[in-house]
Amino acid sequence: MFPAILFYIFSVTIIISALMVIFSRDPINSVLFLIFSFVNAAGIFLLAGAEFLALILVIVYVGAVAVLFLFVIMMLDFNIENIKKETRKYLPLGLFIGAILFLEITLMIYTPEIFSNEFKIIGKSYTSNQSNTEILGNLIYTDYFLQFQLAGFILLVAMIGAIVLTLRHRDYVRRQNISNQINRDSKSSIELVNIKLNDRDKK
Amino acid sequence: MSFFISYITPLLIIFLQSLLVLIAVLLMAYFGIYADRKIWAAVQLRKGPNVVGPFGLLQSAADLLKLLFKEIIIPEKANKMIFILGPIVTCFVALSSWAVIPFAENWVVADINVGILYIFAVSSLGVYGIMMGGWASNSKYPFMGAMRSAAQMVSYEVSIGFVIITVLLCVGSLNLSDIVIAQKNLWFIFPLFPMFVIFFVSALAETNRPPFDLPEAEAELVAGYQTEYSSSLFMLYFLGELAATFLMCAMTTILFLGGWLPPLNIAPFTLIPGVVWFMLKVAFVFYLFSMVKALVPRYRYDQLMRLGWKVFLPISLLWVVLTASFLLIFDIAP
Repeated sequence: MFPAILFYIFSVTIIISALMVIFSRDPINSVLFLIFSFVNAAGIFLLAGAEFLALILVIVYVGAVAVLFLFVIMMLDFNIENIKKETRKYLPLGLFIGAILFLEITLMIYTPEIFSNEFKIIGKSYTSNQSNTEILGNLIYTDYFLQFQLAGFILLVAMIGAIVLTLRHRDYVRRQNISNQINRDSKSSIELVNIKLNDRDKK
Repeated sequence: MSFFISYITPLLIIFLQSLLVLIAVLLMAYFGIYADRKIWAAVQLRKGPNVVGPFGLLQSAADLLKLLFKEIIIPEKANKMIFILGPIVTCFVALSSWAVIPFAENWVVADINVGILYIFAVSSLGVYGIMMGGWASNSKYPFMGAMRSAAQMVSYEVSIGFVIITVLLCVGSLNLSDIVIAQKNLWFIFPLFPMFVIFFVSALAETNRPPFDLPEAEAELVAGYQTEYSSSLFMLYFLGELAATFLMCAMTTILFLGGWLPPLNIAPFTLIPGVVWFMLKVAFVFYLFSMVKALVPRYRYDQLMRLGWKVFLPISLLWVVLTASFLLIFDIAP
């Protein structure tokens, strides 16, 4: 009974905060509600016994991705009316994507074999006496190693691409070269020059 | 009746245990402030707090009462809801991580399988309190403090993650008690000393302690994200920060200094209970934190970013690979 109560608390909070993401007028509130719904989704993962996934969701989405999201949105200067006009242009596309997602979820619910409790992956069945960290580790790093590496490479390419697009060396920015600073000694940086005292007067 | 036995009694026990841990953490914070100020003063040849109570021991209580009885001032143009939520989030997050810390063998509120991930996840939420507070104040210094803090905490989390992975490779479990028990013969500080240094420095940056206290650098930003805060809301920030600092001390103790284990497994050391050893080690790490605060000048912002991304990240990544290869070659992986 207790897990059921928790489940309903979590899921109702997720739905309400997901709705608030769309309906709140202030973008910051939207992001905060989005984060709140992520945290509650982690709660649902915990109830399902997937403690590793729950915590990874919190670490990756809430702890890193959403922070940067919030960071960017806090820096932007929003004009709500302009945004509303702009979004109306994309309404048909949004409706189309929404319809596809809705169709997918409906299909999943009405296809019972997806919801069966037995999870068999590439012919192996995993017993429940292993912790799900171990099972996931085995799956990702042994059974699906190639796919995992490929996904990693795609991310790497995307990362390098983003760096190449944004990196600009501006000439007027002075940079600090730590090893140069440390390697300086009195011989290379101090020069003794003999000057005649009345040089200046001649000019 | 069976309903009471199966639901209410365990809940009550958990509630009482949590209360006990909360009291322990608050006591640590109370004496932490005092110790911090005394050590800082001693380094600068001052006396520090010495007026209120014997040796100034009641100074923290006096400060606490002063803060509580002040008026809460909320700026006119602040976002009131988020302004109040900010410190609450910081404090809540910092205190809730303590649920999985083992103070001694079996002295833990929640002995979960993924304890270290839980701490990592929950402490990564600490940045939200600061960002919310800084943004909601609707003032430029808090906002800049919050932005700095966000970048800083996200950067140093990466190297902390790699350090944790290295330790986990040597343990083979994510349970905090298992991590301590794995150090029965050899504390991890000896084979993994470079990682200990990286973890220690990253912990300073993660908790916004000096020399990485750029989010509240008083020379540039008044008081950073807490400029507009007063009274009990300010106190919540302060408490949250201290609880997070002590959490990092406890993490260092568990990951590298053998948690509740005595330094040598022979008679005079084993007679002292584990919780005493644990608290002694936490106090020692906190002493190191305070000494760093007193001795090292504040970093410049670009130096901070350089240290995190260009020095700590490559070194910790290299050590993950080295440790994994070493364990694999000599076939001693758990």
